[in-house]
Amino acid sequence: MALALAENVISNSIALDIEGVTHRYDLDGRDLQVIDNVSIVIEPGEFVALLGPSGCGKSTLLRLAAGLETPTTGRVLEDGRPITAPDPDRILVFQDATLFPWRTVRDNVAIGLEARGLIRELEYRIDEVLKLVKLEGFADVYPHQLSGGMAQRAALARALVNDPKLLLLDEPFGKLDSLTRLRMQNELLELWKSAGFTALLVTHDVEEALLLADRVIVLSDRPASIVAEVRVDRPHPRRRDDAGLVALRRELLEKLGISHDV
Amino acid sequence: MSAAIEDTFGGTGRRSLALPVTGLWRNGLFAAGTWLLASAVTYGLPDVITWGATELFAIVTLAGAILFVALSLTVHRLGGVGRTLVHYGPWFIVLGLWLAVWEVLTAKLGWLPKPFFSPPQGLLHVYVTDWERLLICVAYTGRLWGLGFFSGILVGFAGGVALGWSKRFAYWGMPLLKLIGPVPASAWIPCTFFLFPTTFHASIFLVALASGIPVAILTAAGVGQVNRSFYDVARTLGASNRFLIFKVAIPASLRNVFVGVFMGLYYSFAVLVVAEMLGAKFGLGWYLQFNTAYSAYANVYAALIIMALICAGLVRLLFVVRDRLLGWQKGIL
Repeated sequence: MALALAENVISNSIALDIEGVTHRYDLDGRDLQVIDNVSIVIEPGEFVALLGPSGCGKSTLLRLAAGLETPTTGRVLEDGRPITAPDPDRILVFQDATLFPWRTVRDNVAIGLEARGLIRELEYRIDEVLKLVKLEGFADVYPHQLSGGMAQRAALARALVNDPKLLLLDEPFGKLDSLTRLRMQNELLELWKSAGFTALLVTHDVEEALLLADRVIVLSDRPASIVAEVRVDRPHPRRRDDAGLVALRRELLEKLGISHDV
Repeated sequence: MSAAIEDTFGGTGRRSLALPVTGLWRNGLFAAGTWLLASAVTYGLPDVITWGATELFAIVTLAGAILFVALSLTVHRLGGVGRTLVHYGPWFIVLGLWLAVWEVLTAKLGWLPKPFFSPPQGLLHVYVTDWERLLICVAYTGRLWGLGFFSGILVGFAGGVALGWSKRFAYWGMPLLKLIGPVPASAWIPCTFFLFPTTFHASIFLVALASGIPVAILTAAGVGQVNRSFYDVARTLGASNRFLIFKVAIPASLRNVFVGVFMGLYYSFAVLVVAEMLGAKFGLGWYLQFNTAYSAYANVYAALIIMALICAGLVRLLFVVRDRLLGWQKGIL
């Protein structure tokens, strides 16, 4: 009974275990190794950031966690069960909003519910999440009429309407202007706190990682392997000029091979 | 002074477009003039070559001239239709001139001789005397074209989706499609005689083939070009293969599909003549061949004009359908 209760409490998030994963692609007959023996344990409800240079294989880790691909060797587990296929419990948000241009914002958000045949029962959720991401006035607008930040919000809404237990974010704010990015980072943090999902964020922005994550994992250049792991024990909301964060930032930049006076 | 100069030089052309609310439609009057000229030439000059319908054509062009006079006074009260008429004003002027020149060169001077050239009155004569047969031909051709075109684009679309979606389909299907694609319709006639129970079925097949192949090729290309991340997004959101095909691949490639349908429409019209070689008793294609054989070129031209008008009408209709289905593109293109 107590166990069942405990399961209920944590049911809006999952644990993700990446166990000794190595991954290779076959590019025109050329073998390309992108991930080299990476192991990460992520607790339910934790916010983890993967930090590393562009093209180092971070995105591939997310694709593995989403179930879009299976690792060459090693295992990826959700709550102890191997991940073999995509599942709406684990949703990937891309750098580009990748909204379907032929659907309005509302119909884009509805995709997950439609695909799972839940649109009848859960249609009211669409308006809820649109309000959550502050797009309630843009439900019937087509994606090309949205700004970059609004499109990315719509993409977030499209993920959140499915109540994901694991949100995989692939540089979701990478193409936004810096002001919009700051605002979106705070909004994401609010959503994470209220919804309680596990979050795995891929970024090459050191500040973004430090502002948002409980834990920052630094990856090397391709093939990606873990260089360092830093726990960020600061309460939210965090300030950019917080002395502890500034020290961490310097440490992380050094780990990435860049001295802080750059 | 300078205002007056601008008026005399720039005014004529501009006034025809920016219509003053209560003014006169000047191009309408010019059009009335050229149409009256065509009428006068037709009625006044003697026919060197007899074509028939001389007086009728003079009356029709005179009626046109009167209509333009009436329109030049009232066009600004006709709203949208009026604006369209005004837009095509210069065309009406040239059309009247063209009718007059055409009439003179053929019937009146005989420089362009019978039977190779027909004056407009000759075409009118055909419509007046042979309208019953032409109507039946339009109906027959409509049935053949409708059955052939719609079955063709349906099969072409389904095949194109399969080719673009499935690697195995593409492996076997693409080379076949590339081989079949360039074969002219007439080359199929021997096989179709053997394969189909009646010549009518064979004709439908030829029209379907001509319209289906471009649709298949462009649909396959469209489905193949769909942004991969659309599929990734849909899959992580729980989409089945069925959802990926019908809700992602097809809507994403619809623009290409329509290019294919437009091409198929033109090809299907081009192939009608060949298709109606196969033992048809009526039909515009049949009418063309029959009259070519008898050197009745006026009838040929008359039927060609009907075909061209029908084809243009269908293209217009297809644009309406496309704009409705692809309304989301407004502002992108």
